[in-house]
Amino acid sequence: MIDTNLTINTDLAREILTGFVKTEVTRTGLSRAVIGLSGGIDSALSCILAVEALGKDNVLAVRMPYKASSKDSLDHAQLLIDQLEIPSKTIEITDMVEPLFKLDSEMSNMRKGNIMARERMIVLYDQSEVFKGLVIGTSNKTEILLGYSTLYGDSASAMNPIGDLYKTQVRQLSRSMNIPSPIIDKAPSADLWLGQTDEKELGFTYEEVDKLLYLLIDQRYSPQEVIEVGFDEKFVHAVMNRVRRYQYKRMQPPIAKVSNRTIGYDFLYLRDWGT
Amino acid sequence: MKLNLALAQINTKLGDVEANLAKHLDYIKQAKSEKSDLLVFPELSLTGYVLQDLVASAAHKPVDDDPIFKHLLNASKDIDLVVGFVDEDSRHRFFIASAYLSGGKTIHVHHKVYLPTYGLFDEGRFFAWGDRVRAFDTRFGRMGMLICEDFWHASPPYLLWLDGADIMLFSSASPGRGLNDKEKLESARWVERVTKAYASMFTSFVAHSNRVGYEDGLHFWGGATAFDPNGEEIAHGPYNEEAITYSQLDLNQLRRTRARLPLLRDERTNLTVSELQRILQK
Repeated sequence: MIDTNLTINTDLAREILTGFVKTEVTRTGLSRAVIGLSGGIDSALSCILAVEALGKDNVLAVRMPYKASSKDSLDHAQLLIDQLEIPSKTIEITDMVEPLFKLDSEMSNMRKGNIMARERMIVLYDQSEVFKGLVIGTSNKTEILLGYSTLYGDSASAMNPIGDLYKTQVRQLSRSMNIPSPIIDKAPSADLWLGQTDEKELGFTYEEVDKLLYLLIDQRYSPQEVIEVGFDEKFVHAVMNRVRRYQYKRMQPPIAKVSNRTIGYDFLYLRDWGT
Repeated sequence: MKLNLALAQINTKLGDVEANLAKHLDYIKQAKSEKSDLLVFPELSLTGYVLQDLVASAAHKPVDDDPIFKHLLNASKDIDLVVGFVDEDSRHRFFIASAYLSGGKTIHVHHKVYLPTYGLFDEGRFFAWGDRVRAFDTRFGRMGMLICEDFWHASPPYLLWLDGADIMLFSSASPGRGLNDKEKLESARWVERVTKAYASMFTSFVAHSNRVGYEDGLHFWGGATAFDPNGEEIAHGPYNEEAITYSQLDLNQLRRTRARLPLLRDERTNLTVSELQRILQK
């Protein structure tokens, strides 16, 4: 039988990821972090890793509800804030985004959702300056591969400790780090409109797609090979198309090369240059 | 004869050779206070690993009048050293290199002969390929040095063995990868498996020194090891943190192991050569 065991050693993951946050924050000369806490599992995990890396006084949790956001989201974020005893702020974005919504009465949920995600990015980066902390990313590998995010919105961060963990691995690590169970057990949702859930919108479950992505990406199976072992052909092609179509969300915008030395092509340094 | 070995697993500042030199001198002091005879640093220990366009500015020569090496050569009067650096030759080719320093002199320099340029690695883009695998004599006997990908291929350790190396010193900047449900990363398990295998198959001492720390998203896992000629582990450093791992190599073990297990005596090098010639002439 084909191996789709995504189980990870959570002690080792925790050690590597907290070490990453600690090192990559402190080598910039800072010692603090800012995280947008949605009430969902991804931001909860990034938050708890940051707290373990930097200490509870050095992580600011920011809740950014919109008037239609579910009350559960706020409550679940508060559960974690209370458990971790970390500083927090609640900054409602309704008054910031409504004027833009009012300019177009036909505005779609998609557009509103993108605007809210980008407004939250603005608030977080502003709090980053106030708190002198870096914005920690909360996107997991599944959603990065599927392009299930708002470019320059929820995908924006200074660093991302959980971007190489599939959603099912995020759940596993979250359980091992005692994240409150209501956060782990509820249906994943961007909470951009009433009743939205990720799995409804995507059309498949994270458990299914994680197994498929693990074979296609990590284990380098071809689409034909995974179809032969039983994955639905339409599902496989739909997922592969998403992965290809959203490559642009995973990259810096390409720069047109005209000089002999161009940023991105032959001007190559790590961000950790000199540190 | 006994050799007191120290394996340094350090973090580095990317491209800041002076800061890394200061750390080397600090570790040398520690190892000397423990009466170590030889201290081995990891791959590119003076420069950091993902150098990319920093290669040229991080390069040095292992000679007396080099502003970095003069300090290390001076320190090597009291303790033998293996350091990792970017070596620039007289025609300005840049190599990933390890230098063995002893008694104030550079005894041997190895240039990495296998530059991984696939997956997350891009060494062949920035470095020249070494073209020699040579053992060399030290005050503790004949040794050989290899750097990371060099020992992912079986031929360099084999050549060192035939060239007389009884002690193989491996250094790495191995990025951690392959997290699954096992106790260790796949990268760590693989390296430990082959270093142990080389010690067993070549009835030789094999020691490995690997970096720790992070460079952007890459994480280096440490876990220095030393194996005796029976393939038994005699030292194992911690994972993911800076440390010096001490062990004592009882060099008489070479004699005892090889009296029991004469793999070196029976190695049919002429058979290997004639078959290689046939294969290459195909």
